[in-house]
Amino acid sequence: MARILELVLNSRRRVDAVPDNLLLLDYLREVVGLTGTKTGCDGGECGACTVLVDDGPRLSCLTLAGSVNGQRVDTVESLGHDGRLSAVQRGFHEKLGSQCGYCTPGFIMASAGLLRRNPRPSEDEIRAALGSNICRCTGYVKIIEAVKYAAELHAGGVAP
Amino acid sequence: MNEVVPAHSIGAYVPMVDGPDKVSGRAKYTADLIGPGLLAGRILRSPYSHAEIIDVDVSAALRLPGVKAIVTGADCDKTFGVLPIARSEYPLARDKVRYRGEPVAGVAAIDDATAKRALGLIKLKVKELPAYYTSKQALTAGANIIHAHRPNNVERDVLFELGSVEQGFREADLVREGNYDCAEVCQNQMEMHAALAEYDAVRERMTVYASTQVPYYVHLMLAQILDMDMSRIRVVKPHVGGGFGCRTEALNVELIAALLARKAGGNVRLVTTREETFITHRGRPQTDIRLKLGMRKDGKITAVECECYQRGGAHSGYGIVTILYSGSMLYAIYDLHNVKYLGKRVLTNTPPCGAFRGHGTVDIRFAFESLLDEMASELKLDQVAVRRANYLTAPTFTDNDLMVNSYGLPQCVDWVEQASGWRARKGKLPRSNGGLRKGLGFACSHYISGASKPVNWTGEPHATVKIKLDFDGSIVVLSGAADIGQGSSTILVQTVAEVLGLDISRVRIVTGDSEVVPKDNGSYSSRVTFMVGNAAIDAAQNLKRVLVEAAARKLEAKPEEIECLGELYRAGAQDKGLTFTEVVIEALKDSGTITVTGNYSTIPESHGGKKYRGAAIGGTMGYSYSAQVVEVSVDEETGVVNVEKVWVAHDCGKALNRLTVEGQVQGSVWMGMGQAMSEETGYHEGLLVTGNMLDYRVPTIQDSPPIEVGIIERNDPHGPFGAKEAGEGSLAAFLPALTNAIADAIGVRFNTLPVTPDRVFAALEKRRRAGNADAAQANIRDKPGNDEADWA
Repeated sequence: MARILELVLNSRRRVDAVPDNLLLLDYLREVVGLTGTKTGCDGGECGACTVLVDDGPRLSCLTLAGSVNGQRVDTVESLGHDGRLSAVQRGFHEKLGSQCGYCTPGFIMASAGLLRRNPRPSEDEIRAALGSNICRCTGYVKIIEAVKYAAELHAGGVAP
Repeated sequence: MNEVVPAHSIGAYVPMVDGPDKVSGRAKYTADLIGPGLLAGRILRSPYSHAEIIDVDVSAALRLPGVKAIVTGADCDKTFGVLPIARSEYPLARDKVRYRGEPVAGVAAIDDATAKRALGLIKLKVKELPAYYTSKQALTAGANIIHAHRPNNVERDVLFELGSVEQGFREADLVREGNYDCAEVCQNQMEMHAALAEYDAVRERMTVYASTQVPYYVHLMLAQILDMDMSRIRVVKPHVGGGFGCRTEALNVELIAALLARKAGGNVRLVTTREETFITHRGRPQTDIRLKLGMRKDGKITAVECECYQRGGAHSGYGIVTILYSGSMLYAIYDLHNVKYLGKRVLTNTPPCGAFRGHGTVDIRFAFESLLDEMASELKLDQVAVRRANYLTAPTFTDNDLMVNSYGLPQCVDWVEQASGWRARKGKLPRSNGGLRKGLGFACSHYISGASKPVNWTGEPHATVKIKLDFDGSIVVLSGAADIGQGSSTILVQTVAEVLGLDISRVRIVTGDSEVVPKDNGSYSSRVTFMVGNAAIDAAQNLKRVLVEAAARKLEAKPEEIECLGELYRAGAQDKGLTFTEVVIEALKDSGTITVTGNYSTIPESHGGKKYRGAAIGGTMGYSYSAQVVEVSVDEETGVVNVEKVWVAHDCGKALNRLTVEGQVQGSVWMGMGQAMSEETGYHEGLLVTGNMLDYRVPTIQDSPPIEVGIIERNDPHGPFGAKEAGEGSLAAFLPALTNAIADAIGVRFNTLPVTPDRVFAALEKRRRAGNADAAQANIRDKPGNDEADWA
């Protein structure tokens, strides 16, 4: 069966008819065409598909598209303003929090969610917020540096 | 006006040139290539470990509406494989299935749900055969043969003795032997395997987008499997989400996608699941090692005897190379003579292993550095001093003819000793407030900067780079080098910019499309910075020559009088000179668009000798070196080991980009940590039971320590700007540094990997029950469900 999904996706209102069993992840990638959000596992293992639903991090692979009706959904494509990278994007780029880049959108959205609710996180708080995201390249050392740097940029007025 | 000076980026902290694409979500990976009209591909996999195929009945599946094509072993009688001497794998099983999960059929349908339904309608009829899941089982006399051309299920036997171990052990003051068991591990890169195959039936052309480290190998194998002329095939490598070795050979995924696309006469997108990516495997084999060392009282090693058994899985893959590397790479780190190596690569009914980061060297290094540590303790020698007693003196050739021109191990050792406070802290760490035991461990490792002899010996240069310069003044580097996240594109851009004295923003790079870029041998064995980097320097120098000649003509001077300052070319300091753009305009008058080529080839001295069969394996132009100190705390109540901190020094010759060198070194240390502490594949009668990231335990950010990197730069005379590899050599040292640290903390030595909390707990329980300090010195071999290996 299908249902009508009405949501605010990356600040734009959108209406779609979606099958009841369609995952938010597949809706974003295959229906809307926002492929920045990645599929990294068979469900809930890796965090690569993390998006923000009403500013809170959510695994889009464990979320039915129909369940976010009436909510705000932000993906990695929503970040950055006036063609410039957001604080978290700059952190991951400039501090090499991203190598192969495949886990990066998930880490960036989890980090953006963290800074939205806690603009000055401690290292322990950063680790806790990113504890369900897996990266195979960095050993996480530069990811932590990236988020700390993003928090500094954010304190200086750059949107997370 | 400011003085014009050449721009420099080599040696700086330079963010990756493709970073903005990755952090914005714009970077496209193979699975992101979603378009209208694509058929969905799916693979039917064998539920049997070892069986003769009697029939694959696809008739019911073909009748399902929406199914466009089905391929089985009957559609392709050609084999593939990375080594020309060991190509024994069919993309879809034909005569037999040899492991659970081996592809049996491929389906292309109008959507994924239809393709999945079709898989359920295919009937596979087999006659089951005895299956073997360990090296020991497969080697049992009278065992069924997995591949007809490999008697006794041995893929390759290696035996060499250089010097005399008998003599060496006689000269030793202490001789000790240890048995080591390293679990099978998997790369588990974040991007699951995927391919998009587009078949143009009108013009009979095939385009395949694949998540690969070596587009060239995919190209070769597509031609072989499809029986198509290579010129009709195009291979594109989009962004790749990591590889760590599992994508250094063509995988059945892209080959099946291509077979399906041709049969369906359309475009097939085949994206595997995480479980299938695990089953496709090509990871590091489960390895049993028996190592015997002889040592003098001063720590000098007098003899090495090493026996190594690798459970290779059901197909050849890189197996022959892996088992040879494990022997040859005993050398080139310490000054060794009197070495005997016996290696056996075994075929088993498990998914095929491959070339995992640190290929062939990691498990052997674990054994070696563990036993070295143990013997140092017994001789009351400092663990660091024992390494110092065995340094090489470069330049030199080892007994097995490996060429070592630069050797930064001593500087690495000094750096970590200093940074970690080793002398003041080793053996003196107090218990933590919570009562945890603390310890420090030390170890070294090394790796190659590309194999001096390529797998496919064609007589071509080892690397070729082209540069295009056109009317717009933009410099475009064309390279087949596959950036898989390690940053090779950034290094090549920096290299070309450096030679020309230009800012890196003037230089762009195009990679990964066989229609456009020159062939490259691929991203494996840490060859790209060294070989392609040297080719890029050559190309940039050729371009500079063209520009200097044009400037000379315009300025009415001789070329040797022209000074190149990057954005300014002038004939002497008094000359106003020409801007870069003016020089380009002048240069284009000769030839129109300028294209130059740069090449690089290794020198014959680096190819290794003929001292034994396979002796050339391990030859490289430059070895990297690494030393590590690991600090742990151990909770004796729970068996939980926590890595508090890692200090690592890596000799990469010259850090072309300090940011990416640090990232590579940290990443490899951390990957070593996964193998050492938690990662392990598991099978139940050949069925993979760890095919996800919860059961295959990858360390999270919560488990991961700070890793402090010391960059050691012993410039290599042949390296680009003196550089050697940076992305693999630091992995291996973590494993023994960890177990050495645990031994320091609690007096128990673990020779079985991974060292999981339950194994630590069991070992401590055993000691408690024994109530006897002697038990602490005994080797702990308590891997559940695994018989004691007995290779005597």
